[in-house]
Amino acid sequence: MTGLSALDRKVLRDLARLWVQALAIALVLACGVASLIISLGAYRSLEETRATYYDRHRFGDVFATVTRAPRALLPRIQAIDGVGHVELRVRDYAILDILGMREPATGLALSIPDYRETSVNLPFLRSGRLPEPERTNEVAVTEKFAEAHGFRPGDRFQAILNGTKRDLVIVGTFLSPEFIYALAPGDIMPDPRRFAIMLFSERALSGLLDLEGAFNDVSLRLLKGTNPDGVIDELDTLLAPYGGTGAMARKDQMSHAFLDAELQQLRSMSTLLPPIFLLVSAFLINMILSRLIALEREQIGLFKAVGYSSGAIALHYLKLVMVISIIGIIIGFGVGTWLGRGLFRLFGEFYTFPFLIFRLHIDIYLIAALISLAAAIAGGLKAVWSTVTLPPAVAMSAPAPTTYRKLLTERLGILKPFSRLTVMGLRHLVRHPVRSAMTTIGMSFAVGLLCASMYFLDVTTFMIDWLYNQAQRQNASITFIEEQRPDAVQAVMRLPGVVKAEPARHLAVTMSRGYRERRISLVAKSNDDTLARVVDQSGDVVWVPKHGVLINDQMARNLDVDVGDLVRIEITEGKRRVAEVPVTHIVTSFFGIDAYMDADALNRLAGEGPRVDGFHLTIDEDVADELYRDVKALPQIASLNLLDLSREKFQETLSENTRIMATTYIALSVIIAFGVMYNAARIQLSERARELASLRVLGFTGREVFSVLLAELGMIVLIAQPLGWCIGVLIALSMVHAFDSDLYRLPLIVEIDTMAIATVISIAAVAASLYLVWERVQHLDLIGVLKTRD
Amino acid sequence: MATEVTVEAAPHRCDAAAGADAVFRVEHLTKIYRTGDVEVRALDDVTVSLHEGELAVMLGPSGSGKSTFLNILGGLDVATSGRVLFRDLDLSEASERQLTRFRRNHVGFVFQFYNLIPSLTARENVALVTEIARDPMSPAEALGMVDLSDRMDHFPAQLSGGEQQRVAIARAIAKRPEVLLCDEPTGALDSKTGVTVLNALRTINRELGTSTAIITHNAGIQAMAERVIHFIDGRIASVNVNAETISPDEITW
Repeated sequence: MTGLSALDRKVLRDLARLWVQALAIALVLACGVASLIISLGAYRSLEETRATYYDRHRFGDVFATVTRAPRALLPRIQAIDGVGHVELRVRDYAILDILGMREPATGLALSIPDYRETSVNLPFLRSGRLPEPERTNEVAVTEKFAEAHGFRPGDRFQAILNGTKRDLVIVGTFLSPEFIYALAPGDIMPDPRRFAIMLFSERALSGLLDLEGAFNDVSLRLLKGTNPDGVIDELDTLLAPYGGTGAMARKDQMSHAFLDAELQQLRSMSTLLPPIFLLVSAFLINMILSRLIALEREQIGLFKAVGYSSGAIALHYLKLVMVISIIGIIIGFGVGTWLGRGLFRLFGEFYTFPFLIFRLHIDIYLIAALISLAAAIAGGLKAVWSTVTLPPAVAMSAPAPTTYRKLLTERLGILKPFSRLTVMGLRHLVRHPVRSAMTTIGMSFAVGLLCASMYFLDVTTFMIDWLYNQAQRQNASITFIEEQRPDAVQAVMRLPGVVKAEPARHLAVTMSRGYRERRISLVAKSNDDTLARVVDQSGDVVWVPKHGVLINDQMARNLDVDVGDLVRIEITEGKRRVAEVPVTHIVTSFFGIDAYMDADALNRLAGEGPRVDGFHLTIDEDVADELYRDVKALPQIASLNLLDLSREKFQETLSENTRIMATTYIALSVIIAFGVMYNAARIQLSERARELASLRVLGFTGREVFSVLLAELGMIVLIAQPLGWCIGVLIALSMVHAFDSDLYRLPLIVEIDTMAIATVISIAAVAASLYLVWERVQHLDLIGVLKTRD
Repeated sequence: MATEVTVEAAPHRCDAAAGADAVFRVEHLTKIYRTGDVEVRALDDVTVSLHEGELAVMLGPSGSGKSTFLNILGGLDVATSGRVLFRDLDLSEASERQLTRFRRNHVGFVFQFYNLIPSLTARENVALVTEIARDPMSPAEALGMVDLSDRMDHFPAQLSGGEQQRVAIARAIAKRPEVLLCDEPTGALDSKTGVTVLNALRTINRELGTSTAIITHNAGIQAMAERVIHFIDGRIASVNVNAETISPDEITW
C-alpha cells in the first residue's frame, strides 16, 4: 500500500470495514450484469449460430407442397424472378414400427437427390452415409431419433409407406436446418423418440410413393433482397393445378418460427431484468454512501480545511463506488459467461444444431460494464455532492438535529395502541420518506420477481390442463393417408380398444381480409364433439355456429377482424372454392392460429360431400397394445398421435425449463431482498446505534430494542408485499407480451397461492438478513455511544 | 432558567456518612481494558460503599476511572475482578439478562449528552421507561418535578440543552429508582443551566430519597455532596465527608 495516497488507503479500509454491505451491493449489480450478458449473449449466439447454419446448409426461403406435380415444371419455377435454387422432393408421412417400442412412431420420408448435392436444405451428416441411389431400403434418420432408440448405422426398423410395410436399414444419421425444432404433426413439443425424419434416395422414394417423374414438395432459395411474397404468388399460380395448398415463406416454417419465438423471448428478457437490478443497485449505493458520508461529515470538513478540493473529495467517495461496481461487474462477467454458456448449451440440446457458436461479444460486456458503472455512479453522485459542496466550517460542525413530527395517524388518534418502541420505528420511517420509499420499492422488486417465477409454474400447469384436459380430451388421434367417407367410423370402432371415435376434418385454406391473409387448416367441428373441443380461456366449451366461422383471438389479430366482419376463405385443395364468410365468434386460445366451421357447413363449402381425414379417439389403455399392433399394420393410416405421451413430453420439457427458470429467479430475488434489507437494517443500526444503546441502558432487553428496527423494517416489508404483487403482475404481463406469437401465448394468471409463496420466500430472505443485524444489536457498545455527541 | 427548589430534609436521612445501609458495596474492584498488547488498568483494587439516600460526588481528572466505576455500578460494564454488590445482588456474577433487569428496575441514568430518543416527545421519552417499570410515577409528574410541565409535548430537537437534560432526569427518576447515576450531567451545559439541573438532582435526592452518585471533573460541585470520593489513576485517593452542604444556587463555574 506504500504507493497509494492517504485518501486511496482510506478507500481500501472503508471497503474492508463495509465488506458485507459492499458485497451485497456488488452481488445485486452482478445480477444486472449477468442477466444482460446471459440474455443478450444467448440471443446473439443463438441468432449467429442459426444464421451460420442456415447459410452453410442452404436453408430454404420458400416452401410448398402439392399433391403431385411433374418434374418438368422445374424450369418454370426456376424462371420465377428472384429464385436462386430450386429443390424438388417427394415426401410422405409414415407409421413406424420399432422393435421394443409398443406404440407406433411417426416418420416423415423425404427424398434427397441422387448423384448430386442437395441445393436447398442440405442435410448435415452426423454418422454413416446418405442412402445410395435407388436403394429402396436405405435411410438416413435424424440423429436424435437414432439416439432415442440407440440406433446405429446398420440397425433396422419398419415403416408403412404408401400402404406397404417395409424393412428399412439405417445407413446414417443427420441434422437438418429445416428441422432444428422437429415437430410431429399434431404435437407441440418435439419428441425425438416418436418422430423421425427419414432421408431416402430420390429414385427409391419416388418409386415407393408412386411419384416417378413427379414431386410433391418444393423448396426455394431466393436471391438476396428478393421479397418472398411475389415469388409465393407466382409459385402458387404455377402449382395450383397440381394440388398446391399454398406456399409459405420462411417466417411461417415451423422450426424457424419456434426459434424466432425463442429469440424474441431472450430479447425481451434482456430489456426486463437488467434494469431492475441496475436500479436497485444504484439505490443501494446511494443509500450506503449517503450514510458513510453522513458519518464522515466532519472528516470531509477537515479534508477541505487542509486544502483538498471538493472534486478531489467527491472523487475519493466515487472511487469506493467504482471499486464496488468493478467487483460487481467482474462477478457478473464470470457468472454471466458461465450461465450464458450453460443456457446456450441447453438450447443446443433442445434444438438440434450441428455446431454452437458461443462467442464472447466484447461489445455486450462493454455495454454491461458501462451501464452498471453509470448506474452506480449516478446512485453515488447524489449522495456525494450535497455534503462535498458544504463549506468546511459547516461540514465540521455537527449537522442540525433531526426533527421529528407526530404521525398523521397519531394526530388523528389512531396510533394509540402501538408501543413507544413501535412509534419510534414508524416515526423514523416517515422522517426519511425517500429512503423508505426506495427501500420499499427495492424489496417489492424481490417480491415481484418471486411472483413472476411462480407465475411461470402456474401458467405451465394451467396450459397443460387447458390443452389436455379441457380442449383435447382424446387419448389419441389418427389421420388417414387419404380422406374417407364418414362411415369409416365403423371400421375405426372395430379397432381394439377404441371406446369412442369422433370424426376430424381439416381443410387447407387461405383466410384473408383486405391485404391481410393467413394460410391455415380450417377445422370442422360438430356440436356433438366431446373429445377435441373448442374451449375458451376458462375452459368452457364454445359451440361452433351453424353459419360463419369461429376464429381464435390470435387469428382475429392477424386479420384485424371482429365479430360480424366478413373474411374471404379460399380453399387451396380439392375444388378450390372461394367464399366470403362472416366471423360469428372469437375465442381466446393459447396455441396456434385457428379457425373452425360447423362440419356440415365446411363440407358444403368444400363441395365434395361428407369427408373425414381422421378420428379423435378415446381408447381403453388396457388393450392399447393391441390397438398399436393393428395400427402399425394398417396401410390407410398416416399417423397416430398419442396425446397422453404428448402431454408427458410437454410436461417434462416445460417442467425442466420452468424449474431452471424458477430457481434462477428465486435466487435473484433472494439476492435483491437480502441486499436491500441487510443494507437498510445496517444503515438504520448505524444511524440509531446511540438511541438503541440508550434503550438498552434504560433497561430494555436486546429483543425489545430490536423490535424498534423491526417495526420500521417490518412496515417496509409489509408495504412491499402488495406493491411486489403488482410488480409481479407487471413482469408476468411483460412475459405474456414477450411470449406472444402465432405459436403460443401465455394467459395472465397470478394465483393467490403464488403471491403467498412469494411473500413467504421474501420474508425468509429478510429474516436471514435481519438475523445478521440481530447479532449486532445484541452486542451494541453501550458505553461507547453514551460518551459521544449524536 | 432558574428553578425554585424547596429544600427540606428527607425524614429518613440521618447521618449518611456514618454507616447507614449500603446500597452498593464494592470490594477490591479492578477493571483492566486490553487493546492488542496494551493493557490499561482503569480501576485498581477499589473498595467503597454507597449509602442509602446519600448524594455522593465522584471527582477526578479524565482517565481517573470514575466513569468506569459508575458504568460497573450501573451494570453497563463488568469488572475484571473483585465484587460489586447491589444489596444482595452480585453484579459481578450477574448474567446479561439479570443486568438488564437490574437496570430496568433499580437504576436511573443521566448522561452528559442526555441520550434522549429524538423521535419521541419529552413525555414519550419518560413514558418509555414508565411503561416497563413496576411502580412508576406518571410522566407528567416526573416532568413536573423537573419543572417541565409546559414542554411535555416537544421533541428533543425543540428543547434547549438544559431542558433536554431535565427530561433525561425526569426519565431517570420516573420509575422511582433506588439509585440515580449521573455521568457529567452538567458537562455540556453552561453554568446557569447547570445549576438548574443540579437543583433538580438535589430535589429528587431529597424528596424521593434516591441514592445519587454524580460524576464530575468540576470541583465546584463537590460542595453540594454529602460525600466526595476522589479518583486518581484508577484508585480512590480520598473520601471526604462534608459536614455541611450548600445549595447548587451557590455554586458557580
